[in-house]
Amino acid sequence: MSIAAFQILTGPTGPTVALSGDWTSLTLDEQAIGLRDAVSGMSGSPRLDLADLGRLDTAGAYAILRAVHSAGAPAGADARPDVARLFELVRPTIEEEGGQGPGDSWIYNLFDHIGRGLEAFAREAWDAADFAGRLVAAIGRTIRQPSRLRGISLARAMETAGVDALPIIVVMNFFIGTVVALVGANLLASLGVAVFTVELVGVAVLREFAILFTAILLAGRSASSFAAQIGSMKMNQETDAMQVMGVDQFDALVVPRVLALLWMMPLLTFAAMISGIVGGLLVSWVAMDMSPVFFLERMHDAVPARHFWIGMSKAPLLAILIAMAGCRHGLAVMGDVESLGSRVTSAVVQAIFMIILFDAIFALIYMQLNL
Amino acid sequence: MNAAGTLPPPVRVRGLRSAFGDNVIHDGLDLEVRRGEILAIVGGSGTGKSVLLNTILGLKRPDGGNVEIFGRDVHDPNAEADVERRTGVMFQSGALFSSLTVSQNVEAPLREHTQLPDEFVRELAHLKIKLVGLRIGAADLMPAELSGGMRKRAGIARALALDPELLFLDEPTAGLDPIGAAEFDQLTRDLCDSLGLTVLIVTHDLDTLYTITDRVAVLAEKKVVATAPVGELEKSDHPWIRSYFNGPRGRAAQGAQRRNERTD
Repeated sequence: MSIAAFQILTGPTGPTVALSGDWTSLTLDEQAIGLRDAVSGMSGSPRLDLADLGRLDTAGAYAILRAVHSAGAPAGADARPDVARLFELVRPTIEEEGGQGPGDSWIYNLFDHIGRGLEAFAREAWDAADFAGRLVAAIGRTIRQPSRLRGISLARAMETAGVDALPIIVVMNFFIGTVVALVGANLLASLGVAVFTVELVGVAVLREFAILFTAILLAGRSASSFAAQIGSMKMNQETDAMQVMGVDQFDALVVPRVLALLWMMPLLTFAAMISGIVGGLLVSWVAMDMSPVFFLERMHDAVPARHFWIGMSKAPLLAILIAMAGCRHGLAVMGDVESLGSRVTSAVVQAIFMIILFDAIFALIYMQLNL
Repeated sequence: MNAAGTLPPPVRVRGLRSAFGDNVIHDGLDLEVRRGEILAIVGGSGTGKSVLLNTILGLKRPDGGNVEIFGRDVHDPNAEADVERRTGVMFQSGALFSSLTVSQNVEAPLREHTQLPDEFVRELAHLKIKLVGLRIGAADLMPAELSGGMRKRAGIARALALDPELLFLDEPTAGLDPIGAAEFDQLTRDLCDSLGLTVLIVTHDLDTLYTITDRVAVLAEKKVVATAPVGELEKSDHPWIRSYFNGPRGRAAQGAQRRNERTD
């Protein structure tokens, strides 16, 4: 293969462009593409000389024709029917070439972007409210008519979202308990009240950490998998197939997942609380020589049971928020892969955001209630 | 160009054996595609048409025998880049990258294999988009916004981006309405003639066989049992070929072809 090249000759009949080398997409370089600029300054249309032209493809033909628009029959073309054929193929597409409109100014683009962002946010809020309403209606239908509930889907969702998440939740909360106890023990020992570590572990784990970390873990684990499962069913037109069969998408896909999380979340939270306290107990035993019996007795006396109930009271709402974020974004997936990815991401981000937001709201409410 | 006879054939498959576990799909399969022809591969479901195509494309390793494209083994690492540049593939549903616009899809192979400036690449992509009969407005659409027929046209535009000498089409007319399918057949024939392409089509469409192919290779009994123009295959004694071409659909396509010939 040889590189595309050209030479401009001036003869008695006007300028002639002599082409040589291969004019293909692999052999064209900047210089050959510059043919248009080289020719544009000339008066009248130059003639083409193809005698030394090697191979030609549509890229080469395009580079030549966009420079030498209306050249008559080029010299040497008779010998090359393939070249004439390519020119014929490419020429009509160049003639209809219209200039593209000028680009919009940056300030226009900026406001365009902001406007679209606001609109998307408003639509998202509207969709969330709409989804919540439909969910309530679907759950109401299920309660009135329990036979609508899909037992197998419910059990499957409970297993994958609940039982399978148990080990990681237990291990994670165990370490949270140890960290709280270690930090607390050091700090409180310097004040001479190391024994308050028990209260610290009890209140922190029961009231906040167990539920919060369980919820965040489920947001990462279940909200994403709900969104991906439902989203790929949507891409595969399975949801359309359900709809034409008269199967309600909410009954079949959303309600079992929401109920599964609603059921499993308090259980997981309970397991998380136990393992967090065990973590704190072990650290107190090893690092501070506090006997486990003493630890548990003090926990029983000094940490009121209301902290446990406050922690537990958040579980149902957070479970619904997580399942809703996952299912809603799954159903909002469009036909392409990109939207699947972005919907799974936003399901997780939104679930975690809602968890933190509602945890803060709960904290405010319980503070006002002096609990 | 050079005398075609001295060059190796675009595709040569010799003694191919493909198997999944104990399930042997091909055994001693031979196939040769000649330069400049449109060859179709037909065969019943499960005879391994897609496996054969994937093997020729180098996506699947043969369990025996070898596949050469332009005389070079498809699994020869030194030949890979060259083979990739000289072949184009249109997958069944287009296989367009769904996160890129149509124009960016067509630009992708050009950016991968050439050093052309951006602006020129974009203009070339628009040229290909117009060549396959899409409106220029379609260039900035996402694949999800295209109809099935437009998606196939965009797929062929991407396959043609590097001006390949050899084009593979997998079920090009499946899922198109008869008018769209006929237009697509005509487009394939036109591109083949004007760009001097060699085309290998995997198809079920009898109309495609009758209107645009030069030869048809029939897959049956784990090998290619016949390779011949359609007219000759009609007269074959092979039971599967007879039921294929002389079944009700085959006769309808033959009839349509005869009528066309009379009016031409």
